[in-house]
Amino acid sequence: MANKLHLKVVTPSHVFFDGDCDMVIMKTIDGDTGVLYGHQPLTTVLDLGYLRIINDGDETMPTLLGGFAKVNEQGLTIISDAAEWADEIDVERAVESMHRAENRIETHGKNIAHYDEERAEAALHRAMLRIDLSKIKKKNK
Amino acid sequence: MASMRDIKRRIKSVNSTRQITKAMNLVASSKLAKAKKRMEGTKPFAEETKKVIAEIAEAAGGLKHPMFSHECKGNKALVIVITGDKGLCGGYNSAVCKEALELCEGKETKLITVGSKGRDFFKRREFEFDTVLTGISERFEYSDASNIGQRALHLFKEGEVDGVYLVYTRFISTLSSQPKAIRLLPADPSEFENSKGGGSALTLYEPSEEEVLDYVVPHYINTVIYGALVESSVCELGARMTAMDAATDNAEEMLESLSLMYNRVRQSAITNEITEIVSGSNALN
Repeated sequence: MANKLHLKVVTPSHVFFDGDCDMVIMKTIDGDTGVLYGHQPLTTVLDLGYLRIINDGDETMPTLLGGFAKVNEQGLTIISDAAEWADEIDVERAVESMHRAENRIETHGKNIAHYDEERAEAALHRAMLRIDLSKIKKKNK
Repeated sequence: MASMRDIKRRIKSVNSTRQITKAMNLVASSKLAKAKKRMEGTKPFAEETKKVIAEIAEAAGGLKHPMFSHECKGNKALVIVITGDKGLCGGYNSAVCKEALELCEGKETKLITVGSKGRDFFKRREFEFDTVLTGISERFEYSDASNIGQRALHLFKEGEVDGVYLVYTRFISTLSSQPKAIRLLPADPSEFENSKGGGSALTLYEPSEEEVLDYVVPHYINTVIYGALVESSVCELGARMTAMDAATDNAEEMLESLSLMYNRVRQSAITNEITEIVSGSNALN
């Protein structure tokens, strides 16, 4: 494969990833989408999930907590609220925040305002995702 | 004339003040370097988000979305004011508060304040608060910004407010900054329509243009708020650094004149003593 896809992942605090790769698989709200070099221009919304970056047969999998992706002639740009590599994940903190979120959902039930519930669920989802990824990482070691 | 002991005490107190201001200056300048780095880091994020909206605007030939409008109708406003938690930073806090107060004039306002200084300022004037956030002006995360953004969007969507404004401090240079008020919602479409996003008509939007906009616009609001938080914190530190630098200079000046005074008093005391001895011995002879 001569042509490589240029991938840029931007988060609020920094440019998370900026480099070339063979293929990127991302989780959009409609399902997984793979992007290769020369993809049609596309703008789509991402779900909480992993990003799979495949380059020279190696695969790296950072978490990607929502955001949106844009494909154009320059490559793929992903704008996300947060992204992290597996070894950056603080598992203890993730477990803790998972419990916190579970508690919040259980104790408040349906009494709290809608968007609070959404937030608690999003927090739960995020925490579980982080824990999952750190487990995958351990297995591969 | 003040006694020697009084002046000495004065010197001591000015000196310790000077040490404090000097330390604060150093702390502020090292934090400033960090905050500036952070500000640099947020730029690409904000720019990319804006580009996407511009592209959609271009492709769709204008923005037709409830969150976009050239003007804000109605009189109910939500004002987000970003201030610091601490004083000793020159006119930083009062400048933002004044700007916000001007904006509030003649409007039925609700407030979201960040920082205890803003809260105190508007509490004294008996404004209605929606959310008060303190203790985050130096240590804030993106999630703080998105919480504010979600709350603002919620109020706007429910029709409880007609417009959302953001008042923060714009960074010009380390030595100068400027309070600025911008309208977040409804967002001004001309800001996006005029900039060439470089999008092509072939671009696919998944699931659809509207849904992408529905996601991107709140995201954009959060980004703007986050950017404002970051910029304001840089300005606060810059203002503190300059204020403390000036205070240290003033203290040094004061010390100089005080020690001059001290020496004069000391010398006159010695002269006095000598005169007394001499006249005493003269009287004996």
